[in-house]
Amino acid sequence: MDSLSGLALGFGNALSLANLAWALLGCFLGTAIGVLPGIGPALTIALLLPITFQVSATGAFILFCGVFYGAMYGGSTTSILLNTPGESGSIITALEGAKMARNGRAGPALATAAIGSFVAGMVGTLGIAFLGPVIVEWALVLGPAEYFSLMVLCFVTVSAVLGSSALRGMTSLFFGLMLGLVGIDLQTGQPRLTFGVPELLDGVNVVLVAVALFAVGEALHMAWHHHAGKIEVLPVGRLMLSRQDWKRSFWPWVRGAGLGFPFGVLPAGGTEMPTMLSYYAERKLAKPEHQKEFGTTGAIEGVAGPEAANNAAAAGILVPMLTLGLPTSATAAIMLSAFQSYGINPGPLLFTQQADLVWTLIASLFIANVMLVVLNLPLVGLWVRILKIPVPQLYGGILVFATIGTYGISNSVMDLVILYALGVVAMFMRRFDFPVAPVVIGMILGPMAEQALRQALTISQGDWTTFVTRPGSAMILALAALALAGPRIWAAAARRR
Amino acid sequence: MTRRGADAGDLAAGAFVLGLGGVAMWAASVIPTSPIYAQVGPKVVPYIVAAGLIGLGSLLVVAALRGGWSRDVPEVAEAGPKNPRALGWLGGGLLLNLLLIGPLGFSLSAAVQFVCTARAFGSRTPLRDAAIALAVSLGAFFLFVEALGVNIGAGVLEGAILRALGQEVM
Repeated sequence: MDSLSGLALGFGNALSLANLAWALLGCFLGTAIGVLPGIGPALTIALLLPITFQVSATGAFILFCGVFYGAMYGGSTTSILLNTPGESGSIITALEGAKMARNGRAGPALATAAIGSFVAGMVGTLGIAFLGPVIVEWALVLGPAEYFSLMVLCFVTVSAVLGSSALRGMTSLFFGLMLGLVGIDLQTGQPRLTFGVPELLDGVNVVLVAVALFAVGEALHMAWHHHAGKIEVLPVGRLMLSRQDWKRSFWPWVRGAGLGFPFGVLPAGGTEMPTMLSYYAERKLAKPEHQKEFGTTGAIEGVAGPEAANNAAAAGILVPMLTLGLPTSATAAIMLSAFQSYGINPGPLLFTQQADLVWTLIASLFIANVMLVVLNLPLVGLWVRILKIPVPQLYGGILVFATIGTYGISNSVMDLVILYALGVVAMFMRRFDFPVAPVVIGMILGPMAEQALRQALTISQGDWTTFVTRPGSAMILALAALALAGPRIWAAAARRR
Repeated sequence: MTRRGADAGDLAAGAFVLGLGGVAMWAASVIPTSPIYAQVGPKVVPYIVAAGLIGLGSLLVVAALRGGWSRDVPEVAEAGPKNPRALGWLGGGLLLNLLLIGPLGFSLSAAVQFVCTARAFGSRTPLRDAAIALAVSLGAFFLFVEALGVNIGAGVLEGAILRALGQEVM
């Protein structure tokens, strides 16, 4: 199906009352959790996974994507008004946005962030609609060997390229791979890494790991470093953008969106890099009289560009997820596990076998974007209220939902023991600067990679060289090696000069 | 560059990863050999993952012995003094929840946990917290049961409420 008829079909489905309601609910929830510090889209979608037993796949994914997009919008509000970025993509927004807010320009900062997110979300979603089918076409010729190599590339980029240390990133990844191995081996029926605990025969639940890493570990870490002190929410003021603000924001939005999307699509994923690049680009490109606002009173370009880049990259992450079944962020990984619980295999066949679902989802993303810009600008007062929920009660509430989300799926105290144990591990991971996202990605992608590996080796009759003798696979593995070694060689070369 | 001594904390982290790799290696070795023929048996990937963890753990230990990485991470280096009392309240809340969730059911147990958590983060109003906690945990309970269709057995409090509403207790 080509993109235009796909979109027509998608909008036909997405505009039904039920699907609009799911989108609205998702956007609302997403913005709320994006605004709240200490809770993000990965945790929220994990806690919502039980609805996959009740709701149709289309409804559930519209909800999840609304949460995913909404969290991006909401995150910027927190960065600007509290100067505490909720997720890595909004660190840069906090840089200039909080300075603008401190100088009484919180309103324009919020407005340019929301409209920039809208522009970027639209560009990114158009990108998904038109790029998706092209990638699918190309991906259909990939065999298990190429798939395995692609997953290796994905592992390398999410753990070794992003983040501050390749060594610690890889350690997190391997911890995730180990968690993914627990349970009965699907091919031979043998129990693996269960340590004789019957609860572990079904494997470690994704929800449990996500909640442990993102809620329990986070809460423990925050308590360990807790100091009494009042947080200050800066006043919003007038939201209107002046003519000059529009003029100064427009090109940063476009450039940010153009920069962010490719970063999201490539498994070089992540939102830190494009937001950072956009920030430096805007600082260079700003008119001399505006350049001095950077880092002092806060420059609107420095909010508009990175915020657009952040949202476009987030949209881009959905491309490899929908077309190849490759998640490059923790949130995407959890959405992938939702596909699995419907028995749907994400990958190139998704666009043909589940065309209805995919195109409805893409159309819903457009709708979600419109909803979000409306939700975020006129309703900003509501989100400021949510921001004022005091920390003690906020964490109390997060842990209540964390408990019910894990205890509810099994009614097993053993699961709570595992949850808290993993939570303590996560606390120490935060302390020693080990990233947590690779754990989730390794855990969900690991079993898929193992399956691809075994299929490839069955086809090659046990010949491991199949991964380097097949040209496609060899090329992808070379890319992975380059991604792993490249930055180090670059750094060494730079030092010599 | 001045030579730096080993970092004890980082060394412990590295040793933990090394130990984890060792446990994984042992766990991989006790996977029963499959009676079903497979080109790649169930043990291959566990061995690879275990070897990876041991390798990474060794590198982390070496890095720790050379001075570690923690002092180069701004977030860790600039973190203020630890707050063991807050951690104690939070950890205590989690433990109480583990003990109480069976006999009392979700809502009451989670409410106790909520009050302890709020206390950990500096709240001084336990009674008010308890009221909020009950509202939140009961809200969460009925949201999950009714909206998400998750069957969490009704505890003491949930049962009483359901009976009061004239409904069947799950």
